[in-house]
Amino acid sequence: MKPLTARRVLLICGGMLAALLVSVLIALKLGAVPIPATDLALSLARALVGAEIPADHQLIIFEMRLPRILLAILVGASLAVAGAGFQALLRNPLADPYVLGVSSGAALGAIVSLVLLPRVALASPVAAFLGAVLATTTVYFLGRRGGQLDSHTLLLAGIITASFLSAVIMFLMTTLPSSHLRGMAFWLMGDLSVAPPVSLSVLFVLVAAGAGAIYTTAADLNLLLAGELEALHLGVEVNRVKLVVYLAASLLTGVAVSVSGAVGYVGLIVPHLLRLVFGHDYRLLIPTAAVGGAIALVLADALARTIVAPTELPVGAMTALAGAPMFIYLLRRRMH
Amino acid sequence: MGIPQTNSVPDAGSTRVLAAPDEVRLSVEQASYAYGAGRREAPPFALAPVSFQVRPRELLAIVGPNASGKSTLLRLLAGTLAPLSGRVQLDGHEVSRLPARLRARRIALVAQESALLFPLRVWEYVLQGRRPYGRWPGFETPDDWAIAAEALAQVAADHLRDRWMGELSGGEKQRVVLARALAQQPLLLLLDEPTLHLDLGAQVSLLRRLRRLARTNRYAVVVVTHELNLAGAFADQVVLLQQGKCLRVGTPGEVFERELLEQVFGAPLEIEVTPAGRPRVHLRAEP
Repeated sequence: MKPLTARRVLLICGGMLAALLVSVLIALKLGAVPIPATDLALSLARALVGAEIPADHQLIIFEMRLPRILLAILVGASLAVAGAGFQALLRNPLADPYVLGVSSGAALGAIVSLVLLPRVALASPVAAFLGAVLATTTVYFLGRRGGQLDSHTLLLAGIITASFLSAVIMFLMTTLPSSHLRGMAFWLMGDLSVAPPVSLSVLFVLVAAGAGAIYTTAADLNLLLAGELEALHLGVEVNRVKLVVYLAASLLTGVAVSVSGAVGYVGLIVPHLLRLVFGHDYRLLIPTAAVGGAIALVLADALARTIVAPTELPVGAMTALAGAPMFIYLLRRRMH
Repeated sequence: MGIPQTNSVPDAGSTRVLAAPDEVRLSVEQASYAYGAGRREAPPFALAPVSFQVRPRELLAIVGPNASGKSTLLRLLAGTLAPLSGRVQLDGHEVSRLPARLRARRIALVAQESALLFPLRVWEYVLQGRRPYGRWPGFETPDDWAIAAEALAQVAADHLRDRWMGELSGGEKQRVVLARALAQQPLLLLLDEPTLHLDLGAQVSLLRRLRRLARTNRYAVVVVTHELNLAGAFADQVVLLQQGKCLRVGTPGEVFERELLEQVFGAPLEIEVTPAGRPRVHLRAEP
C-alpha cells in the first residue's frame, strides 16, 4: 500500500525535470553543425556568468537551437496534458488531440485568422482555440450512439473529422496565395522550424493556465474515469469538471497548433507510457505528462533535425512514426 | 464539515428496531417522477407519488418486477433525479438540492456495475470514497487512510487490500464496493441490486452484513432487490412497486400477502411464516 502524496508527486516531477534538462542539453548539442560537449558546456557556463561567448555559438545555441527547444517544450507539454485531459473527458485512453481532429480544427482556426487578421499576433492562438472547441464539440456529438459516448464511434468520428478538416485546409492553402501562411506540411504534420509570431512568454502563460486548470480537477478526473454517474455519486460536480477540462484542453491544443501545426500522437504516447511507469492517478499523471511531453518533443525534434541532416524532417513525422503503430497496438489490445 | 458518527452503538440484541427512539432520517413524501417524452432512448415512464420514512438502523427493501420503477425511485433517493412533485428529504434537507460534495458525504450508493477504464488496486478504489471530504489538490490524509482501512475491515476484506479490482470474485468485489460506500461515512446507504451476481451464501452474508452495519453505524439502508425472500428475511420495511405505482409499504408481514404478490408477479405463490415471524415466499407447485 503506497498512497499518493504531494511529496511523492514533487519528487517524481523533480526527477523528470532533471531528465528534461538532460534532453535540452542533448538537443543543444545535436544538429547540422554538431557542437562538442566540452564547447557546449563552456559556452553555457560563460553565458550563465554573463561572459563573452564565440559568435558562432551565440548564433547556433542561443538564437537558433534554444528558442526552438523552448518551443518544443511548450508544444510537447501542451499536447500531452491536453491528451490526458481528453482521455478522461471522453473516457477513452486512445483520445489524442490529433486523432480526435481537434488539432485540425485548431489549425483551420489559425489559418482563417491569418487570412482575416494577419496583423494581430494573438489572433491565431485565439482562433486556434475556438477551432479546437468547435472540433471537440462536433466529435463529441458525432461520437454518441443512443445517448451514450461510444468509444469506437468516437474515434471514427475524430478520424473522419480530421480528414475532412485537412481537406478544407488543403483547399484554403492552394486557393489563398498569402505569403504569411506557412506551408501545408506545417499545418497538417506539425513543424517547429518556424519561430512563433507571439512571444514565448505569453504562450507559456497560456499553457500554464490551461494545464493548471486541468490540474485543479485531477482528483475528480480519477473518479470520472469510472463513469459520470458514479463520479456524481462520489460528490464530483461532473458538469463543471467536464467544462473546465474541455475548455482547458482545447486551449492547450489551440496554443500548440497555432505555433507548431498539428503535431500528432504526443497526447497519446506520453500519457500511455507514464501510466505504465507511475500508474493512472491524474494527480501524478498531469504534471508528469507536462514534463514528459516536453522531453518527448525536445528529443523528437532533435532527431528530426539530425536524422537526415542537413535536411530537416517535420517533427510531426517523427511523432507519427512512433505514435501511429502505438495507436494500432492499443486499439487492438482494447478490442480483445 | 464532519457529521458525527458513532461506530460503537451496541446492537442491544433487538430484532425490532422500529421501536428504537430514532428520529426519521429519510422522508419521502408523495414523491413522483416522469421521464420526458422527448427521451428517445427510453420509453415514457412515470413513477406515481410514493411515501415512506426510514429511520437510522433500519433496512428498507424496494421490491417489484422489472420496469416497476425501482431504479427511478432509487435515483430520487440518491438525489441525482429531482422529484417532479413531492419531497425527498434527508434529515430535513431536500436531497436533490444538496451540493454534490455534501450529498456524497451523506448518501452513498452502491451501483449495479461499475466499469473501470484503468486497473485499480482495492485500496485505491476504497480511498475514492474519501473524495467528498478532500480539499484541493486532493491528496488523502492519514485520517482518510485509516477510515478506508476500517471500512475494509468492516466488510472483512482487509486481506484484499493490495489485490487488483479485476481479479476479485463477485462476492469479494461486492464487499469492496460496499467498503468504498462505507468510507464515505454516509447517513444513508443505497444499494441497487447488490445480490445480482452473488451465489446464495454470499447473498445471505451480504444482507446479514448490511443489517449489522445499519445497526452499528446507524445507517439508514435502502436496498433495491429482486430477491423477495431476502427482503422478507432481513428488511424492516418493504416498498412494493408495480408499473410505476407503489402498491404497499409496510413490514414484510404486511406487504407479503399471497393475493397481492400473485397479482404483482403473475405467478402462483405460497407464503409461509418462519418461526422468527418472517414471511417466506414459495412458488406453488403446479397441480
